[in-house]
Amino acid sequence: MLNKDAHLSVKVFADDIPAAPTRDGFGTGAVEAGKADPRVVVLCADLSESTRAEWFEKEFPERFIEMGVAEQNMATVASGMAAAGKIPFTASYAVFNPGRNYEQIRTTIAINQMPVKICGMHAGVSVGPDGATHQMLEDIGMMRMLPHMTVIAPGDAEEARKAVVAAAATTTPVYLRFGRTATPTFTTPATPFQIGKALLLWDCEHPQLALISTGSLSYQALQAARALAEDGVDSVVLHVPTIKPLDTEAVLAAARQAGRVITVEEHQAAGGFGSAVTEFLAEHHPVPVKILGVRDQFGQSGIPEELLAHYGLDARSIEAAARAFITKNI
Amino acid sequence: MALTDAESTKLEKQAEKIRETIITMLVSAGSGHTAGPLGMADIFTAFYFHILKHDAKHPEWSKRDRLILSNGHIVPVCYAAMAHAGYFPIDECRTLRKFGSRLQGHPERLLLPGLETTSGPLGEGLSQAAGMAYAFRMDGMKQRVYCVMSDGEQEEGNIWEAVMFAGKHKLHNLTAVMDRNNIQIDGMTEEVMPLEPIADKYRAFNWHVIEVNGNDIPAFIAAVGEAQAVHEKPTIIIAHTIPGKGVPDIEFDYHWHGKPPTKEEGKRFLKEIRTMRGKVPHEYA
Repeated sequence: MLNKDAHLSVKVFADDIPAAPTRDGFGTGAVEAGKADPRVVVLCADLSESTRAEWFEKEFPERFIEMGVAEQNMATVASGMAAAGKIPFTASYAVFNPGRNYEQIRTTIAINQMPVKICGMHAGVSVGPDGATHQMLEDIGMMRMLPHMTVIAPGDAEEARKAVVAAAATTTPVYLRFGRTATPTFTTPATPFQIGKALLLWDCEHPQLALISTGSLSYQALQAARALAEDGVDSVVLHVPTIKPLDTEAVLAAARQAGRVITVEEHQAAGGFGSAVTEFLAEHHPVPVKILGVRDQFGQSGIPEELLAHYGLDARSIEAAARAFITKNI
Repeated sequence: MALTDAESTKLEKQAEKIRETIITMLVSAGSGHTAGPLGMADIFTAFYFHILKHDAKHPEWSKRDRLILSNGHIVPVCYAAMAHAGYFPIDECRTLRKFGSRLQGHPERLLLPGLETTSGPLGEGLSQAAGMAYAFRMDGMKQRVYCVMSDGEQEEGNIWEAVMFAGKHKLHNLTAVMDRNNIQIDGMTEEVMPLEPIADKYRAFNWHVIEVNGNDIPAFIAAVGEAQAVHEKPTIIIAHTIPGKGVPDIEFDYHWHGKPPTKEEGKRFLKEIRTMRGKVPHEYA
């Protein structure tokens, strides 16, 4: 059953649940953060419309810096601005930011511990028709390996807004991951959000399985849990927007309760969110784990729905994976 | 900003002391770069003992000028200058590159108060300096931002992104200094990857360009004065330096880019520096 304390949308399972891309949450969140703190600035690498950085630009033109197509410079200029007292957000596609400018981020932001907020849009295969070059599937792994770095993959546009506002208020470097495609807005302004805290979406007394998910695929996991429940298979769904630092307490509780874990992410199965969960559980409470992600391949062109289905990441695929895992342990 | 003869002589003597410290710390470390730090001793002396508005006892003073070292591998000269300027005890220089030292092989900002950034990976300092200059201008702050770079690192694409950015925004509070010593690890820059005409390249990107003898302290200080007077553009000072300056055995020799002197070589080099290449007797030589 739905966790009431999550205060999810009343339309959470309705056909007409409102949808918006998580990048919209970056746009609204940046404006909100900019109003709250005059030190907030936004740097963008020639993608101000599609990253929604232009929403900030319209509100605070003097605090928006157009970098041109130069992501390495964007990261390092942001580091310098942070050293001079600003709270910079850098916005581009995740394949470029942090894909293109990783070493600049490592040296000048992470080692330096500069409070730069790195925003990678168009993450995952749900970018759609642009194809493999623009579908970032390695960013969670790259960024969670960096010491001092916080890594957040919000579940919907509303949570993305909250995550951006919360990131602006921290003094640490943060990586925020956003998607291109509209996905259901299943949380509400009343839904709790705190960096480092997971959110239980679906609960039951005697789960056979814990679905532990990050990003917008948490909604797919929730739908899968509901379908499984209708068939008498009880599970819990733990949405984990903050991949680093991981909410180990919540992950441990879910693993203990269910004894079996499936992780879900729109990312390579190797090195990403599932790896983070597995690393923790292997040391503290080993249970069987199945990692749902893209298996050592790049994406391709297509519409988001068919791509998620192809890579086994939509609700039906998650449901099927759960049945196989429970019945045949595969 | 013109120097009196007495001031010039004092700074030149200070630079020799800094060279001695560089040799001592490199011998002690057993690894590190020799040519670049020796070649830049005059410029770092000029910065820490004349140009910068700074306070060694209050390194976090918010109105200080910022000196960004982009080519972090020449950090021994920066450490030596900072130590002589009073940021930390000169003796601590012997801990260079040792376990537990604040004086890391490449500079790490959070370990040593007074360092403005972490560097070593090349091509990143100019962007950070430009970001600082941009932010200071936003806030109406008057301090200046200086960035020391090598010539070899001009081969990094990130540099030219920064050059475009600073040119676009006419960051006149930013002054870059290029150590034009013509060497890099694999050989002479013009053989590894030709940079010339480097001055014209910067001019084409809307920078003010000054060329100067980087081992002539009064001339370098005059160049910085000229840069401060330019209000329409960022300035780059292309400082022609002699790699290994002060030790005739190694001057101009790219093989000394990335290695330290042995103990024996260190003794000989110190003698050469202290006796001004054998021209004057020195009690400790």
